[in-house]
This record gives sequence, C-alpha cells and structure tokens, in this order.
Amino acid sequence: MEKAKPINQFQAGDHIEITSIQLTGVMRRRLLDLGFVPGAVVELNQKSPLGDPIAYKVCGTQVALRQEESVLITGKKRSAEERRSS
Amino acid sequence: MTKNIALAGNPNTGKSTLFNFLTGLKQHTGNWPGKTVVRAEGQFETDRHSYKVIDLPGTYSLYSNSADEEVARDYIIFEKPDITLVVVDATSLERNLNLALQVLEMTSNVIICVNLIDEARRKGITVDQKKLSEQLGVPVVLISAREKVGVIELLKTIDQMADGTIETCPYQIAYDNTVETEIEALEPKIKQLFGDHFPSRWIALRLIDGDQHLLDALKAYIQRSSQIKSDLELKQGGVSHGA
Ligand SMILES: Nc1nc2c(ncn2[C@@H]2O[C@H](COP(=O)(O)OP(=O)(O)OP(=O)(O)O)[C@@H](O)[C@H]2O)c(=O)[nH]1
Ligand SMILES: [Mg+2]
Repeated sequence: MEKAKPINQFQAGDHIEITSIQLTGVMRRRLLDLGFVPGAVVELNQKSPLGDPIAYKVCGTQVALRQEESVLITGKKRSAEERRSS
Repeated sequence: MTKNIALAGNPNTGKSTLFNFLTGLKQHTGNWPGKTVVRAEGQFETDRHSYKVIDLPGTYSLYSNSADEEVARDYIIFEKPDITLVVVDATSLERNLNLALQVLEMTSNVIICVNLIDEARRKGITVDQKKLSEQLGVPVVLISAREKVGVIELLKTIDQMADGTIETCPYQIAYDNTVETEIEALEPKIKQLFGDHFPSRWIALRLIDGDQHLLDALKAYIQRSSQIKSDLELKQGGVSHGA
C-alpha cells in the first residue's frame, strides 16, 4: 500500500481512500458533510489546466476543491484489485 | 389538535413537490424572522387529523454552517414538530443519509421518505424499504412525489405516527471512547437544566463541538422561559407551583 499524500497530488482517474482531514472549523464540517470522511473513497475526476481547482467525485456527485483545501486532505491510492475486493 | 409536520432534506430532493402535493392551495410563504430564508407553510387534513406543514430549506447538514441550516435546525429543536419527514433522494442515498442520521439524533418522530423512486427504478436502483427501516429504526416510505406513487402509504404512516401507534428506535451513532465519556459527563447536567424538553445527547454533542450558535440559542431560550414563568407567577398572585 502506498503512503498517504495530499489529494491534490493524484492523477485524474485515481481512486483515493481518504486518510485524514487537517482542516478545521466550518470548512472541515462542510467537507465532512460533502463526504470527505476518513475511510471514504473519492475519485479524482479532472484537474483544471493550471491544476486548481480539482474536481472529485464523492458519494456520486462532483465537488470542486481549491488547492488551499485539497492540500489539507490526505489519502492513499486504491488499486483496481482493492476496489474489487471491497 | 393540529399536528405539526416539518419537511427536511438535502437540496433538490423534492421537498417542495411533496409539500405542494400535500397542501395544495392551502399554503403561504414569507420569510423566517430576521432571515432572508423563505418560509413556506401550509395545511392539510386526513380523516384522522389536521396538519400544519413547514417546508424547511434544503441543506446537506444541520450544523449551522449557514442561515439555511440554522433555520432548519432551530425549527426541529425549538419548535419540536410532531413529525419530521426527511425527504431523501433514492438515487443518491449515501449522501442523503448524512442529514437523515443527523435528524435521527435530534428527534425520534421521524419518517424517511425515499423520493424519486421512479427515477431510481429507471436507473436500475432498488431500495430495500424493510431493511432500511430496520436499520434506521423509523418508518421508511418509498415515494415519487411527482408521479404520486406511495403517497397513500405515506399519509397512512403520518396518521399512525400522529396517533402515537408507531414505536420508533432511531439509530444512534456510537462515537469513540473520548467522546462518549464527555457525553456521559455532560448529559446529566443538560437533563437537569432542560428535563426531556431537548434531546440531551445531541445537545451534549453540539457543546463538545463548541457550537456557539446553539449555546446562544439555548441561553435565549432559558431567559425566555424564566421570563414567562415569572410573568405567570405574578398573575397567580405570587403563588409558586413547583414544576
Ligand atoms: N422524477 C422525479 N422528479 C421529482 C420527484 N419529486 C420532485 N422531482 C423533481 O425534482 C426537482 C426538485 O424538486 P423540488 O420539489 O423543487 O425540490 P426541493 O427539495 O424543494 O428543492 P430545494 O427547495 O431547492 O431544496 C423538480 O424538478 C421536481 O419536479 C419525483 O418523485 N420524481
Ligand atoms: Mg424547495
């Protein structure tokens, strides 16, 4: 299993298991409510040309995050096998 | 006596469609006091009861991150509707259940309306009503507010809940040891202050979370009720009647 890193450092199409959310306060609450919770698997859908914002698919909906938020969320890549077995 | 029903749910799940179906033309809209959030209220009758319905703003959460969330949350806690209908989107249950679970921590008189069931069927999604109801501990009704599917069963369930013949056991999230210990320490004090008037476990959780808005709202509530109490005592010639 790969090491966890900020979720803006993945590639389009990657499935990422969220490991931690280092944001605080209202922003943290919001992201939790949108489905960025430890253990959840999100998909990086696409990066805009300059790499900011980045769109993720979470709980079936697309959510765009700015870099200031995505660098504070960490996750690790789920391989195709891990995805099949879960 | 008229029973109060609140409609809660994520944005765009068909709350207003259901509200319009239930209340027809017997509705009016205004703003919530001090807020620019629209307040829609209406009425309907069955052969058993008459109901007042409030269409709460659609939100993903009830932790007062916004004026909409505050309105919806304060209504459920302070106005204590007799029934809260949580309208969830059958095609995205995972996301929608976040709010449903929050409501289940706040009140036990909940009916989950799984709406857009027509859309779900079109997409090949089936929802196991019985299992969902068993796991959540409250009635679950599958409906299509737009195509008027399942609405008879919904009305029947509403009447039964209003009659008090449905026993619910809302699913309660178990938190880790640290949080549960804090809850255990806080809950008796909250009960001492408010009795069973408010959901003490939920209030404990909000206090642990440092929710300033709720703290202010509770303080205002205590002031209001002690004012009412002393007014009453004055009217009764200073005779105090213990609680
Ligand atoms: N297919 C289908 N569409 C529905 C159903 N119920 C509502 N809709 C549609 O879903 C859209 C949103 O419905 P509303 O009733 O406005 O949803 P709402 O929950 O009040 O939305 P907000 O007030 O913005 O939170 C509308 O286009 C409705 O026609 C349903 O049961 N099936
Ligand atoms: Mg609406």
